[in-house]
Amino acid sequence: MKKEFICIVCPRGCRISVDDDLNISGNQCPRGKTYVENEMKSPTRILTTTVKTIFEYTPRLSCKTDKPIPKELLFKAMEVINDVVIEEEINIGDIIIMNILDTGANVIATKPSRKKE
Amino acid sequence: MMKDVIVIGGGAGGLAAAIEIHQAGKDVLLIEREEFLGGILNQCIHNGFGLEVFKEEYTGPEYANQFIDVFLQEKIDYLLDTTVIGLKKEGHIFTVETSNESQGIEFYQTQTVVVSTGSYERTRGQISIPGDRPYGVITAGSAQRYLNTDGLLVGKKVFILGSGDIGLIMARRMKLEGAEVLGVAEIMPHSNGLNRNIVQCLNDFDIPLYLSHTVTEIIADDHQRLSKIKVSKVDESFRVIKGSEKVFEVDTLLLSIGLIPDVTILDDLGVEIDKRTKSVKVNQAYETNIEGLFVCGNALQVHDLVDNVTLESKRAGQAVVRYLNKDKVKENHTLSLNPGTNLAYITPQRLDMGLEQENISLSFRSRKKMEKAVCKIYQNSQLIFEKKLFFVLPAEMETIQLPFKTIQDQGDLKVELEVKS
Repeated sequence: MKKEFICIVCPRGCRISVDDDLNISGNQCPRGKTYVENEMKSPTRILTTTVKTIFEYTPRLSCKTDKPIPKELLFKAMEVINDVVIEEEINIGDIIIMNILDTGANVIATKPSRKKE
Repeated sequence: MMKDVIVIGGGAGGLAAAIEIHQAGKDVLLIEREEFLGGILNQCIHNGFGLEVFKEEYTGPEYANQFIDVFLQEKIDYLLDTTVIGLKKEGHIFTVETSNESQGIEFYQTQTVVVSTGSYERTRGQISIPGDRPYGVITAGSAQRYLNTDGLLVGKKVFILGSGDIGLIMARRMKLEGAEVLGVAEIMPHSNGLNRNIVQCLNDFDIPLYLSHTVTEIIADDHQRLSKIKVSKVDESFRVIKGSEKVFEVDTLLLSIGLIPDVTILDDLGVEIDKRTKSVKVNQAYETNIEGLFVCGNALQVHDLVDNVTLESKRAGQAVVRYLNKDKVKENHTLSLNPGTNLAYITPQRLDMGLEQENISLSFRSRKKMEKAVCKIYQNSQLIFEKKLFFVLPAEMETIQLPFKTIQDQGDLKVELEVKS
């Protein structure tokens, strides 16, 4: 079956297709080929979400994985992160969860648990 | 007490302008209506910010924090939780009237004002969707704030009208938090969002995008809650095609149908308005027709990348400093800059020939997707400048630098986009 991709390397947004014999067509530059190869082999994404806290002014803090994780683990990672409640003051870059789902990626805070300034 | 500058709005634009002005030794006061600095970036928890300015992929809060840290180190004066409710000018002096829960009404005087108040979302009323008026119809940005700042998911079965970036980002966000996202309808035959968001927010989660479709009816249940919407296909003139109707059972309809610069605080000042940008007209110093009143960021024109807000607001800050230093005296001899073929709008709308500078930054959007485009600038029917742009899209604002020395002293300018022949 033919598979279609929209390349996101540049604004041109080439529609690239891959056929059963893994021939790549529709890309207007080599970067498109590399993009599609990665998407076929092991698509990964940075996950950005929030965690609960006990703080009045920041009831939720934003966080992210510090490395891309496999796309198929995004929902599992959400379950793990949604179980966490932050109870201590925290700064940007602080690790919230180490090595989430054995991916090698840590979940880190992207916002400080600021009190009212 | 008289300030040199009051900056209204503590988001990406206001922070960059305030830092730039304060570093030049001027006395700045920044006023923010929320409890935190950072503006809309605080709720934009996704990544992709800062590729231009920092060569990094920050999340919104991280990007904001780069500037908040510098702002606080500089010890710039600021007020939080304080809303500007009035702005007047008498002689050369502006009076800013503020309201704050503990301080009540206060007045501040200043020589110049920078308005960086961002934009607001278009609502259902502005596009007149027929049907009932139930709970559950909400703008995408409001839903984003409820979810990312307060932790409240506004619905479980969601449909999104409009393929703007906020709508796409919210499709992914609500899906990740366990909601069912049934689809996104876009009335245009192409998406208004960035390709990156179509791929990573919709395609990654198998959320269908219905191009040339719109919501044609909103239906409430007996408790005045949203229960169903009807979505129909439209033809090239946006007329609904009969019989193309699909029904979706949903509890939430998110609207992502565009942003409008928020310059309502300027209503009483008699500022000249550009109907294309739905904001004020400015010269190359981001100054309006009211002397000493500057506008930048999404309040001037809706940007798709925060990096461009930062760069524009820094330039505005530098212009305020030049104004206060009386570096260049305005001649009030102005030429107008007009958008021609294939341009949706252009800023600045005016050039003041007294404010000489090396390059003038022109920002615009194309009306359509164009490959191998050339931006051509004409004055007195003569081509004075051209620049190859390779690839332009309506969803992406372009900025080019026009050398001041190419401009003749008389004659309005026209900017056009052509396909390179």
